[in-house]
Amino acid sequence: MKKAKGFWLSIILSLVVYGVVQFLINSGSLNPFYANTLIFIAINIILAVSLHLVIGITGQFSIGHAGFLAVGAYISAICTMKLEFPFIAALIVGGVVAAVAGLMVGIPSLRLKGDYLAIATLGFAEIIRIVFLNIDYVGGAAGMQVSHLTDWTYAFICLLITILVIVNFTNSRHGRACIAIRENEIAADAMGINTTYYKVAAFALGSFFAGIAGGLYAHNFYIIQPTNFGFLKSFDILIFVVLGGLGSLSGAVISAILLTIVSTFLQDYPETRMIIYSLVLVIVMLYRPQGLMGTKEITDYFGKWTNAKGGNSYGK
Amino acid sequence: MASKPLLHVQGAGIQFGGLKAVSGINIEIHQGELIGLIGPNGAGKTTTFNLLTGVYVPTEGDIWFDGKRLNGLLPYQITRGGISRTFQNIRLFNELSVLDNVKVAYHSLAKHSILSSILRLPSYFKGEEEMEEKAIQFLKIFKLDHLRDEVAKNLPYGQQRRLEIARALAAGPKLLLLDEPAAGMNPQETAELMDLIAFIRKEFNLTILLIEHDMKLVMGICERIYVLDHGQLIADGEPDFIQNHPKVIEAYLGEEVESANA
Amino acid sequence: MEWIQQLVNGISLGSIYALIALGYTMVYGIIKLINFAHGEVFMIGAFIGFYAIGGWGLSFVPALLLAMAVCAIIGVVIERVAYKRLRNATRIAALITAIGVSLFIQYGVIYIRGAQPEAYPNVLPSKTFEIFGVNISSQSLLILSVSIILMIILQFIVHRTKMGKAMRAVSFDAEAARLMGINVDRTISFTFAIGSALAGAAGVIFGTYYTKIDPLMGVIPGLKAFVAAVLGGIGIIPGAMVGGLVLGVVETVVSAFGYSLWRDAAAFIILILILIFKPSGLFGKNTREKV
Repeated sequence: MKKAKGFWLSIILSLVVYGVVQFLINSGSLNPFYANTLIFIAINIILAVSLHLVIGITGQFSIGHAGFLAVGAYISAICTMKLEFPFIAALIVGGVVAAVAGLMVGIPSLRLKGDYLAIATLGFAEIIRIVFLNIDYVGGAAGMQVSHLTDWTYAFICLLITILVIVNFTNSRHGRACIAIRENEIAADAMGINTTYYKVAAFALGSFFAGIAGGLYAHNFYIIQPTNFGFLKSFDILIFVVLGGLGSLSGAVISAILLTIVSTFLQDYPETRMIIYSLVLVIVMLYRPQGLMGTKEITDYFGKWTNAKGGNSYGK
Repeated sequence: MASKPLLHVQGAGIQFGGLKAVSGINIEIHQGELIGLIGPNGAGKTTTFNLLTGVYVPTEGDIWFDGKRLNGLLPYQITRGGISRTFQNIRLFNELSVLDNVKVAYHSLAKHSILSSILRLPSYFKGEEEMEEKAIQFLKIFKLDHLRDEVAKNLPYGQQRRLEIARALAAGPKLLLLDEPAAGMNPQETAELMDLIAFIRKEFNLTILLIEHDMKLVMGICERIYVLDHGQLIADGEPDFIQNHPKVIEAYLGEEVESANA
Repeated sequence: MEWIQQLVNGISLGSIYALIALGYTMVYGIIKLINFAHGEVFMIGAFIGFYAIGGWGLSFVPALLLAMAVCAIIGVVIERVAYKRLRNATRIAALITAIGVSLFIQYGVIYIRGAQPEAYPNVLPSKTFEIFGVNISSQSLLILSVSIILMIILQFIVHRTKMGKAMRAVSFDAEAARLMGINVDRTISFTFAIGSALAGAAGVIFGTYYTKIDPLMGVIPGLKAFVAAVLGGIGIIPGAMVGGLVLGVVETVVSAFGYSLWRDAAAFIILILILIFKPSGLFGKNTREKV
């Protein structure tokens, strides 16, 4: 019962945050630049948390997450712009198609391990990008016009659902199976866990939310182009997870927030941003390879909150 | 014995790239037996375990367990079919708590689906609660319940071994394979381990096959012993018979002297 | 006849891939690291060649040697500063570090000199020979011969010198090599030096052949050279050569069929097929994890 109480507490708390921000936007006291930054933060958290499920929880090193972002972005854009679906349906279709893409990539490549898997996912992401580059229906290299439909409400609801689903998944026998695979795949196998199934499931679920993020992303700009979804984008997402701590959801969230703010302020100096990013990454790997949070969750630092999200399953 | 064996290995073996690692293995184990598998380093003991548990697929022969043919089944299918194991180099889920390590073993006994977990349906709460209760009870049997929230990697070595055995048992096997359970243990820990093995065997009505280097342990508790050398079975029989078997002495000479001195 | 022409183009491109792939494969063989920054060493080599030829008026061969020497030093510095501490780290930590170093060099170069591309000065006589009715440019021939000479030198170093023996010993078993009195650190540095020098040479050759260079030029050839290394069996030196040539020819053929926009995809499709069906590569032996 304590668990349920903490759960509702965090839901109410997040709704309050939503309400306050929405009020500030409506009353005009939050200028559009900051409002847009908040939307960006929400999208980046969705990306970070979805990759966290694949890398942090299941231990499968994917460095091609932008490929699924691209699938979600293009498919949802096709849905709204060409097929005139309502935005919400477009988001869902984008997520589902991205999940299918995740299955198609995951089933063959998740037999690989470590750096081989990483390279294979990178290769798949590039192939996805090149496919969009070559389809005239979506504008090829010139890109595709997309209406601006994403607002704070959509971004927030998607973010909330993403976090809820991934937290709930993690804190169940299924999440435990994934963590067992991360910790020792051979032992997980020997404990009767169908490792292939869980690796692919985590990958597909992660891809689904990357696809949702893609839908939000596409409809937050006026145009999407294949170059938006290259290796650098995958790298941006990867750094959230690695910096936050492999295995820590709150770490991924915190670093997504911090880095989005940093890169917003540095957006006129992209080289400086990349130099800082890459230096941070190298320094973190050399001196604190477990990332900022390790496998700990922020709730672990508040005794009372330990069970708030049922977060007793790992890393304590 | 007239009854059908629980485990029946018929001429099983595997070769890696033309090199025969083990071949022509014949093993029969009946319900309730405690059997030893010994042999010098590199004789193929762990490879045999890997064949039984599906880590390797045999390139010759057949493995029958409980009326089913195991050849080609995946490791998790074999575990669910009733064979579980420990590893020579302990393979715990290091970052998970002691309790969660055991819960993982209960994974396939619970039934709540991914969807019901995500939506937190009643079946999720019921399933997770049951797993937790069972796991706690189990830890009590192994006198590990006071450590339930400890992260596995922080346990002392002897308790890591203990936890690994507990975890293997939690998976609900009919046949338990122990790969050098006493490796690295001091004499007192080894004695405790022998008691533990005797206890779980009775408590869970278990059949056990164990690989062991510690001759005293093997001779002391095993009813029958299989001896491997260079990937082939060279002898099998009761401890007294094995102890005086000329081939075994020949194969084992170096290590025999060593363990006599120890 | 046009096909033979394309084949020659493919082999020229492939020999550049092969030169880069050699560095990947040697480094992977010795410390099991995918050195992502290798493509950037290639880029730096191209720029050094550019400044040496355009700025100081050096001719091709001195510029090539200079680029190789500087790249060797840069390779060793990268290894000493970033990778050396990672010897006992997880493979993933090492991979992320390598990606970080790679991006750092790319954007460091952009920061220093801007992102604008440069046109490579023309240093080689561009004559065309007609052999059996096929037009072959002197540049293709020169590139090919330089590549072949470098590969022969590499084979000589690896198989005939003491350092080469040490390299092979360390890649076989670093711990045992250390016990046998081999200076493992120095051997690894030497491997980086050799691999980076070859990448530097590839940079200069690329510049002279394709005439355009920019700070991000290393990314795609770097990835493709990695594909070539995997194709041949990573860690295997002749494998990298063959893998590079095969990849170059395949890409040229794909372009020749009129699918030039798909050319980059071809390399990645090859990569994935190889990883899935024969991860040890064309020349590799299968290995399995010990349980």
